Amino acid sequence: MKYLCMIYDEETKLAAMSKSESDAFLGEYRTFSQGIRDGGQYIAGEALKSVSTATTVRVRNGKVSTTDGPFAETREQLGGFYLIDAHDLNEAIQVASRIPSARIGSIEVRPIMVFG
Amino acid sequence: MHATAGATRDAIEALYRSDSRRVLATLIRLLGDFDLAEEALHEAFASAIAEWPQRGQPDNPRAWLVSAGRFRAIDALRRRARFNAAAAELERELAEEFVAVNDADESVDDDQLRLIFTCCHPALPPDAQLALTLREVCGLTTEEIARAFLSTAPTVAQRIVRAKNKIRGTRIPYQVPAREDLPMRLDSVLRVVYLLFNEGYAPSEGDALTRTDLSSEAIRLGRLLVALLPEPEALGLLALMLLHEARRRARMSAHGELLLLDEQDRALWDRDAIAEGCALVERALAPRPVGLYALQAAIAAVHAEAPSAERTDWRQIVALYDALLAADPSPVVALNRAAALAMRDGPAAGLALIEEILVTGELGEYALAHSARAELLRRIGRQEDARTAYGRALALTRLGPERRFLERRLAGL
Repeated sequence: MKYLCMIYDEETKLAAMSKSESDAFLGEYRTFSQGIRDGGQYIAGEALKSVSTATTVRVRNGKVSTTDGPFAETREQLGGFYLIDAHDLNEAIQVASRIPSARIGSIEVRPIMVFG
Repeated sequence: MHATAGATRDAIEALYRSDSRRVLATLIRLLGDFDLAEEALHEAFASAIAEWPQRGQPDNPRAWLVSAGRFRAIDALRRRARFNAAAAELERELAEEFVAVNDADESVDDDQLRLIFTCCHPALPPDAQLALTLREVCGLTTEEIARAFLSTAPTVAQRIVRAKNKIRGTRIPYQVPAREDLPMRLDSVLRVVYLLFNEGYAPSEGDALTRTDLSSEAIRLGRLLVALLPEPEALGLLALMLLHEARRRARMSAHGELLLLDEQDRALWDRDAIAEGCALVERALAPRPVGLYALQAAIAAVHAEAPSAERTDWRQIVALYDALLAADPSPVVALNRAAALAMRDGPAAGLALIEEILVTGELGEYALAHSARAELLRRIGRQEDARTAYGRALALTRLGPERRFLERRLAGL
């Protein structure tokens, strides 16, 4: 089954990291990504730019409107994702628990809907 | 070349289904941690998919998978060790320890037994024991377990995560208990297997009368226990499950109504399962004192060998219920004994007993007690009282087949 692991980080915490801390953190991410690629669980994964670069789009009565940033202020922001292939939810949780950000922020695991 | 790779992949998938739980059980012993072992199991199969199409399948695939899994786990810990002191420590311990991966079948079987005892450890809550056993020993997915128990996947997943944390945190040992602890610990394992069987045979809610998958998993576990640890109560439980399973096809009418023993077409009973069950009952009954599962299995065996309800040895069945009631004085056992006594001594005698049991109040909300009482009232011709009692039973059951049975009886009055 496919699961989306959405990574929520506190951007202020990441920004407060020293150069060596943030290098080590990225190193951990590279090791993790390589591990799930080797294990065949990796389908896709990306990191997102800061929430300050976000645009929210809505169409109401045929008219497009945009606003800056996400529409609600929260402490943790979506910072990236992995789409993985796992045997079941507990295996997906196990993979998610090894994402480096799980120790600092949180990971939301959602099964991908299968139609038909 | 492609066809060969495809064939290897199919073989690996078949191997996953047949052997992944055994490989996992051994990896848990070698690595000392559920999550690490599951990760290693996954890695081992990923390596097999990558390597076997080129190099060919090894002579002993299971030993290969165990050793690949262990190697990959140490490797993963080494990579993680750069960021994590605990992983570094564990990696050193594992790498220093010389482990000959012994694939003598005996040790692999012992690992499965260890796993069952760990999953059914009495320190874990009962629903966690069930979920953990189904996932780790039987190989069901979290989603399948959730469907079987009408729960949601996140709820079941959380139960499993917490149970594993508890195993790690309280250092529940991964071993078959010592001889002196065995009776109590085996009790807990047998209870999980029996619960599983019952949930498959007589689900507590829903419209299907039986959920075959859970029952067959329970019987598979029962067979495994008997093969590895032929204790009398393990024999008794397997016998009990087989003798009930033998009647599965006869238990429901074409219209989805529950059929009682005296209404079942005995030609539909599975004779092979009955023969196997009866042989097990004889072995289970030999030692003294006779256990609870063995006694219940003996009762089921007497029914299974009777050509019809009338020509059943009710005298022997009542005697077995007497022994069961002495060992387990529960109102449900007393109720079943009363129903058997009604067959031996007539409905009036049975009815008097059931009314005595109902007076104690414990079975007041138990649908089967009211339906048994209604049945006897009907047989002695007290139609109006029977109607009231059937109505009471109907109000207490949520199960479709049972409801249809009670409605049919009400209509027949």
